[in-house]
Amino acid sequence: MTTVAAAARIRPKRVLPGFGLTMGVTLSYVGIIVLLPLAALVLKGAEIGPERFFAIMTAPRTLAALKLTLSAAAMATAFNAVYGLLMAWVLVRYDFPGKRILDALMDIPFALPTAVAGLALSALFAGNGWYGALLEPMGIQVIFTIWGVAFAMAFTSIPFVVRTVQPVLEDLDPQYEDAAVTLGAHPFTIFRRVVFPAILPAFMVGVTLSFARSLGEFGAVVFIAGNLPMKTEIASLLAVIRLEEYDYNGAAAIALTLLMIALVLLVASNLLQARALRYKGRGA
Amino acid sequence: MTITIAHLTRRFGETEVLRGIDLSVEKGELVALLGPSGSGKTTLLKIIAGLDWPDAGVLEVNGEDWLQKKAQDRRIGFVFQNYALFPHMTVRDNIAFGLTVRPRDTRPAPAAIAGKVTELLQFLQIPQLADRFPAELSGGQRQRVALGRAMAIAPELLLLDEPFGALDAQVRRDLRRWLREVLQQAGSTTIFVTHDQEEAFELADRVVVMGAGRIEQVGRPEEIHDHPATPFVARFLGMTVELPVTLHAGRAGAPGLDTASLPRVAMADGPAMLFLRPTDITPVPDPQGRFTVADVTSTGALLRLRLKDDLTSAEPEIEIARRLAPPLRAGARIHLRPEAGRLFPATAGIPPAVAPAIKALKESSL
Ligand SMILES: Nc1ncnc2c1ncn2[C@@H]1O[C@H](COP(=O)(O)OP(=O)(O)O)[C@@H](O)[C@H]1O
Ligand SMILES: [Mg+2]
Repeated sequence: MTTVAAAARIRPKRVLPGFGLTMGVTLSYVGIIVLLPLAALVLKGAEIGPERFFAIMTAPRTLAALKLTLSAAAMATAFNAVYGLLMAWVLVRYDFPGKRILDALMDIPFALPTAVAGLALSALFAGNGWYGALLEPMGIQVIFTIWGVAFAMAFTSIPFVVRTVQPVLEDLDPQYEDAAVTLGAHPFTIFRRVVFPAILPAFMVGVTLSFARSLGEFGAVVFIAGNLPMKTEIASLLAVIRLEEYDYNGAAAIALTLLMIALVLLVASNLLQARALRYKGRGA
Repeated sequence: MTITIAHLTRRFGETEVLRGIDLSVEKGELVALLGPSGSGKTTLLKIIAGLDWPDAGVLEVNGEDWLQKKAQDRRIGFVFQNYALFPHMTVRDNIAFGLTVRPRDTRPAPAAIAGKVTELLQFLQIPQLADRFPAELSGGQRQRVALGRAMAIAPELLLLDEPFGALDAQVRRDLRRWLREVLQQAGSTTIFVTHDQEEAFELADRVVVMGAGRIEQVGRPEEIHDHPATPFVARFLGMTVELPVTLHAGRAGAPGLDTASLPRVAMADGPAMLFLRPTDITPVPDPQGRFTVADVTSTGALLRLRLKDDLTSAEPEIEIARRLAPPLRAGARIHLRPEAGRLFPATAGIPPAVAPAIKALKESSL
């Protein structure tokens, strides 16, 4: 009796109850919703066989779609990297009327159904739309071109950069900048040598997510792209088209390729982050 | 480098954080800004550094108006309270920072910068830390690095905000001695902030006591210790026992107090307040005494007596070396013999109800 009581007393107790249950639910969810479909996709891809896979992926139409998707995503991400950083900076560092509204606006691309965004953008850039009416006389065609695709991608993925950089910038102790000022550094130097390195890891996460999301963006893009094969057809649309043609292998091969690109990106981003954060203490 | 500060004021919204600061600091001096937390010490330091700006007042250095000068151009060495070392740079890069950000035409060659950093690392006795990141350093090591980073730009003026604030007691004492030597060798004018009087007195040539945005007293450590200028300074320096007395021909007197050891003072007759350190009071057993011992606690070296003052119903605490203490138990009656203290006119000091009671007790005990 006493030994049982003693044993019960010294058994370390978790502070929070329910570890087993919560962990179980979480893992089942990840398994059913995330891992199983991915595994199915990989298995489907493996069924195709390397030669067939290679043939699908090197078909001119597939290559064109991949090239367009990657280039447009790169353009969108480059834009978001600069503009998102600027927006986060403005939202954190300055006080101005309407700041809270601007802050709330940053969530719209996430909250808005992407099809709605796509419709709105194509209406704006159409020849008789507000922007299109201005741009087309100047000879700038956005709708039905890679520019339109990139614009739609940038629109839907800008919050990734803003919302990852913003909290880190908010938490950055102003003492570092004060210290740099007393040491004689001028504003741009302080940004480059003190502020940017501090937000770099978060910035890289934001940029990677923005790129990954742009690769997969569908709803917003298909409305503005025009979807001309070999010209403005994105990879995920091509996968849908293959599926509608009952060409399951073709769809799976394209999907698998997109999946691999996204995974490689996430891994690379994590490695870079770990490198950027190595100052947090080695081993200790 | 002579600093002249006059009528400096600074407010944040409704709160007046500095209410008219006048101070001058001579070349080569080591000055301590001593005051309780919230008294405006950091704000004053930041204004001198150019990190904050006053609402009114004068800040001149060597006759030049520094309020027209950007922080970057003041060439001040500032050591922050939490050191603010750049976390993503090694110790070496932190120390080199001030040299590497100079405009190209005045920037030393990379080899010269490396040489200077190595020299500073030697001087601060931390060459083995050169390639570590701040996260890998102890508090005391960080402080040395922060000092090295500030000294690298060869500042004529060093400002240190609570340089020992983040350290534990033993490290504090060691580093204090070390810092004093370093500063003497460097020979720069130094202002440091602290809320610890021992620190201020041990390190500084001159101590500036601040309270609620004002300078309460400026003086050499012994001067301030022995002759606090205001009741605020007296209390802040540990004169926590306050006893109402009556002055007559320069001598303080009160029933139940043996004031024979106190020197005569040049003050007008009338009510006054006697401020005493708890350790400057000898308790004397006395069945007729005015004070009752409420309880006795030992801190090892000292006995701490909490007393009950029958006259004012105050509860002063006094301390006495344990081996010198008379045998006293709770309930014993005593009178007090102050050995040293400070008198201030009792303009607002004594509650009015106490004066007649003093008179009554005086008559009954005589
Ligand atoms: N940026 C600020 N905004 C508002 N109040 C401030 C600011 N900086 C300091 N204060 C206030 O000024 C007072 C003095 O602060 P500080 O100079 O830091 O005192 P100390 O260094 O003596 O502790 C405090 O009451 C603090 O709350
Ligand atoms: Mg302070």
